[in-house]
Amino acid sequence: MRAKNSIIQNIDWVLFWTFTALVLMGWFNIYAATYNEEHQSIFDMSQSYGKQVIWIVTSYAMIWVVMMLDPRFFTRLAYPIYGFCMLLLVGVLFFGTEIKGAKSWYTLGSFSFQPSEIAKYGTALALTFYLSNLGKKFQGFFTRVKAFLILILPAALIMLQPDTGSVLVYAAFIFVMYREGLSGNILLFGLAAAALFVLALLLNNTTFELPFNLVINGHVTMIIVIGIICLTLYYLFQKVKGIRIALAAVFIFIAGYIYLVDFAFNNVLKPHQQARINELLGIQSDPTGAGYNVHQSMIAIGSGGTFGKGFLQGTQTKFNFVPEQSTDFIFCTVGEEWGFMGSLVVIVLFLVMLFRIIILAERQRSKFSRIYGYCVASIFFFHLAINIGMTIGLAPVIGIPLPFFSYGGSSLWAFTILLFTFIKMDSERMHILS
Amino acid sequence: MNPFEDRKFVILGIFFTVCLIFVGRLFYIQVVDESYELSANNQALRRVPQYPVRGLVYDRHGQLLVYNEAAYDLMVIPRQVGVIDTASFCELLGIVDTTFDNKMAKAKKFSRYKASVFEKQIPADQWAEISEKLYQYPGFYGEKRTLRKYPESVAANILGYISEVNPSDLDKDSYYRMGDYVGKLGLEKEYEKELRGVRGVRVQMVDVHNRVKGSFSDGEYDTLPISGENLISTIDRDLQVYGEKLMQNKRGSIVAIEPKTGEILAMITAPSYDPNLLVGRPRNENYKALQANDSLNPLFNRAINAQYRPGSIFKIVQSLVALDEGVITENTRFHCNRGIINCHGSHSYDDLVGAIQHSCNPYFWNVYKKLVQRGKYDNIFRDAAYGVDIWQRRVKQFGFGVELKTDLPNIKKGLVPGVEYYNRWYGERRWAFSTIYSNSIGEGEMLVVPIQMANLAAIIANKGYFYTPHLIKSIGRDSVKRTEFTTKNETDVDAKYFEPVTEAMYKVVNEAGGTARRARIDSIIVCGKTGTVQNDKWPDHSVFIAFAPMDDPKIAIAVYVEYSDFGGTWAAPIASLMIEQYLTGEIKRLDKEKRITDAIFLDIYEGKK
Ligand SMILES: [Zn+2]
Repeated sequence: MRAKNSIIQNIDWVLFWTFTALVLMGWFNIYAATYNEEHQSIFDMSQSYGKQVIWIVTSYAMIWVVMMLDPRFFTRLAYPIYGFCMLLLVGVLFFGTEIKGAKSWYTLGSFSFQPSEIAKYGTALALTFYLSNLGKKFQGFFTRVKAFLILILPAALIMLQPDTGSVLVYAAFIFVMYREGLSGNILLFGLAAAALFVLALLLNNTTFELPFNLVINGHVTMIIVIGIICLTLYYLFQKVKGIRIALAAVFIFIAGYIYLVDFAFNNVLKPHQQARINELLGIQSDPTGAGYNVHQSMIAIGSGGTFGKGFLQGTQTKFNFVPEQSTDFIFCTVGEEWGFMGSLVVIVLFLVMLFRIIILAERQRSKFSRIYGYCVASIFFFHLAINIGMTIGLAPVIGIPLPFFSYGGSSLWAFTILLFTFIKMDSERMHILS
Repeated sequence: MNPFEDRKFVILGIFFTVCLIFVGRLFYIQVVDESYELSANNQALRRVPQYPVRGLVYDRHGQLLVYNEAAYDLMVIPRQVGVIDTASFCELLGIVDTTFDNKMAKAKKFSRYKASVFEKQIPADQWAEISEKLYQYPGFYGEKRTLRKYPESVAANILGYISEVNPSDLDKDSYYRMGDYVGKLGLEKEYEKELRGVRGVRVQMVDVHNRVKGSFSDGEYDTLPISGENLISTIDRDLQVYGEKLMQNKRGSIVAIEPKTGEILAMITAPSYDPNLLVGRPRNENYKALQANDSLNPLFNRAINAQYRPGSIFKIVQSLVALDEGVITENTRFHCNRGIINCHGSHSYDDLVGAIQHSCNPYFWNVYKKLVQRGKYDNIFRDAAYGVDIWQRRVKQFGFGVELKTDLPNIKKGLVPGVEYYNRWYGERRWAFSTIYSNSIGEGEMLVVPIQMANLAAIIANKGYFYTPHLIKSIGRDSVKRTEFTTKNETDVDAKYFEPVTEAMYKVVNEAGGTARRARIDSIIVCGKTGTVQNDKWPDHSVFIAFAPMDDPKIAIAVYVEYSDFGGTWAAPIASLMIEQYLTGEIKRLDKEKRITDAIFLDIYEGKK
């Protein structure tokens, strides 16, 4: 009894109520998005909103289970859970059901389960465990390689399904490693690489006309410009030791990278992925083709106005103009029916949750709890940024769910367990020292 | 103390910045930019127009002139059209394969998702057959429209017609939508706003497959159509029919007016056409044929658009103006001096009544001279300008040279030349009576329109005033008449001066040797005046104005028969028959009627002088 009381006392109610608010709002919006005149009850089990009730109730059951666990459970079983998740990911490649060209689901009767969702949890625990057991610093080449391997293994397995969206989520862990000492240059380097990637694609089909009837394409222009910059730097800093080699290396690297981007874009990405990126960058515009989803999504959200059209009054989402309106594009229903005010409330709630997790993480005495908190916040943030970003045309269309909102048991369970494992750790922070 | 703890600020900063960007973006697309709302409505809402019933037109006794008949537009939504048996479909519609392909391509070009008209105005009987089999052809459906119908082929030029709006109509009035019908001529145009009613709309929600998902906001934005107002015309349908019969195989016009009200009892222009020709699917073809008939020009409403020199009838106006201006009295006599201007008949020194009765040209040469050269100034040119100015003003008070603001569009106003006109023509102070004397007998530069001549007859019948001639006596449920038609227009000529004129017009018809003896009716006293509009190469136009009965005029009339020669021969008997028909409701003089209906004056070359 005493243990139970202490849980109630120590649980972070800010996170609990933010979570509850988001889950309930998600449920109402799923109801509105897939509302069916013939099945008006929100508890109708033949409809997705009825099924979501099951996922929500079972999630609360899981919260109870998680809160009852011994806090040492997570540190002891971090690797076994990770291993089990990897087995699930391997298994799905053999026993999974192929839906829309990807083997991502285990199906049992009318219910299906997506192992990549829970794999994030396993990976977060494993990475946390690994990092928390390092000495003081996150340094050394092999240390880093091992950390990356923990991430790359599930990412690679999911890539085989293939499910690009879920793979990209693993990039979120860069925040965790940054917090634990990974050089900030890596973040900048990543940013620069992304900028160069965009620039390379933008210049892909551009040509420039020069005097004397010379026509050069965008890539050559870019390399020439970078060459000129390197030569200028060399001229300015020629007294610095080793500058010649450094600049030569940078130049060769960038030039190679530009062609690599081109190659990767054309040979690795699928045509529909290429089209989505082209659409996002404004290289091509095709509101009926690749851009259809985003176009419709923005119309739905944009037509919501300041206060929205009202509950169940959305026309764009309800009449199927917006695709995947109960899962990946659930935010459209928020935007259309609740308007700017509703969207603002949702974003603020998420921001409150993210800030609260970081603040709580920083107050942990245990390194494990802190690192795990950052894992949770990073995963949520990445989902939030990509999901809402894609609905308003700021991110490419990558099919990943909006935490707590999107319809689906696997993701709701996974996000709930992710969050409440952290809340559990926080509630025990006085007892966990390691 | 963790060495990297400060990095939490970088991470929180990134979280916050991204959320801030999202909020900014959402604020822009949801609150600032309204184009998304527009796109949403375009996609998800379908505004189905509810067409009101266009107003009907009745004659003055409640007989129908225009009514509506249901017709159907066959609509198509290309996206929903599956694989269909094109051959049998074409057979059903009565079109050929290539037409089908063309129409389908056109519809697809407009929109694959939105409905467009595939075949217009299919008559109800034909539609019954089509609609039975339409279930076999998904993507096609009918939309009810109304067509104008005319129980009798009569008054086509008065009633006008409606046709589909063109781009300039759409620019002018935002009420109209593509595919709407609008009055283009005649009463249909003039009373378009009253007749058309108010279109209603049903706002429906459609899903991504263009399936109707119910009414938007429980019909909050729906409106019911309001039927157009019915019009009661001043036209007497029987008289109109009879007039058109009399004018068959002739060019010309008849305008009959009820003098006390200005209501037009009949307005005939000949040749005319069957108004049913300009309805429905064959409309365009028929319209082109009518337009191509340029020698007869059946679309031309002579009653309001043909301009003629007034001829002898104008002597009446000269008399009235001269009497009222005091330049003559009814006892004033002038010698019939045929040296200054030619004349006909045996008379030599008529007074006013005699001069009108005999249409004495030298008499009115003198009258006009007195009107123009008033002796106000010594300079003859300045004096003439002074006189003409007064004369022009007085003549215009009779409705000449001004647009009679009747309820038909595009009416001509004729011409009463004044100082400005002659100055432009001859130069200032370079003209006097001797230059313009031919006006005295209505053969100068003056131009009149038949409706103005009928109005003149009404003025004489009323002894000095008129109501603007008009065709609609009552609009809609409230039975209103336009106020401009209930406002009296005064000529400012003293009523007593109409006595000698009326007496002369009585004699023209009723006295032995009168020029319009053919207009005489035993039971009714008709007053009239003949006129002739001379043509250089062709036979003259025959003109006659009259009113009857003399003591209490119920009808004033003007008749123009082009290229038929002297006014008394053709125009006078036509007017007489019209008066008989209107006042007695029947024709006793069938032999006279036959003489008129048998007469043909279409081929003007035959009668070449
Ligand atoms: Zn004479």
